[in-house]
Amino acid sequence: MMEHWIIAPVLIPAMLAPLIVLWMRYDLVTQRVASILGMSALLVLAIVLMVSASMGPPEVYRLGNWEPPYGIVLVLDRLSALMLLLTSILGLVIVLYAIGSGWDKRGWHFHSLMQFQMMGINGAFLTGDAFNLFVFFEVLLIASYGLMIHGGGRARLKSGVQYVVYNLAGSTLFLFALGTIYATAGTLNMADLAVKVAEMPTEQTALIKVGAALLMLVFAVKAALVPLQFWLPATYTNAPGPVAALFAIMTKVGTYAIVRVYTLIFPITGTIGTLAHDVLLPSAFLTLAIGMIGILGARDMGRTVAYAVIGSVGTMMLAFAQFTQGATTAGLYYMIHSTLTAGAMFLIADLVRERRGRWGLGFTDAPLMKNHGLMAGMFFMGAIAMAGMPPLSGFLGKLMILDATRGQWALWATVLVTSLIAIVGYARAGSQVFWRSYAVEAEEDDLPPAPKDASSPGLAFTATGILLAGSVALTALAGPASTWLQGTSAQLFTPSQYIDAVLAGAEERAQEAARIGAHEHGHMEVSEEMQAEDAHGGDANAADPHADVPPADQADTHTDTETGQDAPAAAH
Amino acid sequence: MMRSVMKGGLAGLLVAVLGAGVMSLIFPAPKEPGAEIKLFATGRLVINQPPILRDGVTSYTDPIPQALVLTAIVISFGMTAVVVMLALGAFIEAGNDRIDLEEEEDGQ
Repeated sequence: MMEHWIIAPVLIPAMLAPLIVLWMRYDLVTQRVASILGMSALLVLAIVLMVSASMGPPEVYRLGNWEPPYGIVLVLDRLSALMLLLTSILGLVIVLYAIGSGWDKRGWHFHSLMQFQMMGINGAFLTGDAFNLFVFFEVLLIASYGLMIHGGGRARLKSGVQYVVYNLAGSTLFLFALGTIYATAGTLNMADLAVKVAEMPTEQTALIKVGAALLMLVFAVKAALVPLQFWLPATYTNAPGPVAALFAIMTKVGTYAIVRVYTLIFPITGTIGTLAHDVLLPSAFLTLAIGMIGILGARDMGRTVAYAVIGSVGTMMLAFAQFTQGATTAGLYYMIHSTLTAGAMFLIADLVRERRGRWGLGFTDAPLMKNHGLMAGMFFMGAIAMAGMPPLSGFLGKLMILDATRGQWALWATVLVTSLIAIVGYARAGSQVFWRSYAVEAEEDDLPPAPKDASSPGLAFTATGILLAGSVALTALAGPASTWLQGTSAQLFTPSQYIDAVLAGAEERAQEAARIGAHEHGHMEVSEEMQAEDAHGGDANAADPHADVPPADQADTHTDTETGQDAPAAAH
Repeated sequence: MMRSVMKGGLAGLLVAVLGAGVMSLIFPAPKEPGAEIKLFATGRLVINQPPILRDGVTSYTDPIPQALVLTAIVISFGMTAVVVMLALGAFIEAGNDRIDLEEEEDGQ
């Protein structure tokens, strides 16, 4: 019974989104209620699935009960369960924030687009089929295009176009990569691909290497790895605040895909060798450096946070590019941390932008805002976490990464120096936006206005607080979390678990299906002989392993039929 | 009066669609059919063979590339529509549809 719940994280938003568009179109309150209920359901579901995934081997859901590798499968293992949980937490918080800040009033269809976005992201995390991954990437991208330009405006539309065009190029590359891989391996089921690629003779691997490298490019675009990060700063800065916070999980989709594909299909010990490591590591160094220098060079708070996201992608890629169990554990921990804090920082930036009025997020002197102290405190906390200073989760994450990469002095130096740069950058941003205001004498009629159309600022602050609390919880529960993550990366580095879960047992299931099918026909034939004769012929061919079914069983089902020309001779 | 407004609007649309900016924008669109042709070409297609299991047939063509291409066509068609609409929106809003953002206009 459990296995059917695996598809629910895709189905619930897929059904809810059209309902919100078609049925609740003109009633924002109903939309909000439905959206919160949907997100809460996803959260509960993610927790249940996570518990279920922690207890055993990966679980498989075969769509339409088609046998892999012919049908599409969804696979729930510890990593995908973790990503589902992260997505649903972020999704719920963002819906709460959008309601509290009134962002969902500033354009059409915010809530339904959010649901479609959830469907795409959850599907991408669950699918066990490479082409299906492409499809879910497109679903989440189309939804994100709509969310990106939510509320409209010149700058937003222009960077929206840039974002779309960049990702369109990425999607095309994805198709090329899949075509190449299908041409060489003849399958797109990830588990089956893992088997086929491992069996390839070394002298025939040129084409599959091309496919693997193309895939890496696609995922690098999504994860915003240097040199494919150019779309990120403008997009994240100009997107509506809650949407930018949601995009904190979008770079993780690319990261997830890299981890999944290059541990399962193209492991470092396998056919394509260390290709992934060789490409990822230098790129991760550059990504980290450019991200952190970007924090220092940014001239407004939105950019500061956007570059921090690039930097954090670099940090976790340094860990993942090691392709060792310990480093992957550290990388996963850092990934949870960076998703939560990046989301929180985008929300804080949005809170500030709403309250700063005509001064926007730029580093200019502006008078004191409403809730000035609270926002300053939140920014301070988020900045500590993101820069990796004690006591918050960023510090622990970086410590774990450094611990897992002992002896790599270049890596240590880069991480430590860039952390220092980030601290300086954040200190500058914080003192410009928050401290300098105390010295600004504002005229009575030129004070920052109250935030426009905020339904309940309290809710917006609470939502932001939840994400920051997540970072605190991740720090407090670092022990259990890292034990759990060790199990996750152990599972990632024994891909046979995943492969067995998907591919093993096909024979038994086929026999079982044949037996059940045969029995059903036995009953049918008593009542409707004419129709049953027709159906029986087809079934006898479809249920192939006749030789394995006990003769007595066959005699039972075939005695009173005259389907001699269709049924195999063995049946009589 | 109404007609001339409509004519003006149509002319504006044409300019927007044919103008260099948008054309350079839709540049990825012809690439997707390229990817689809590649899928076909590398999909080990066999001419004049059935793709679906049937009695008495021994050789088949692989149905997967066709399924992939069909899916890809649907997606790229939708994507092209989205890009055209977005580009038009940006063109009407900002007066051009360049994708290389200038410094002063990105970042708020």
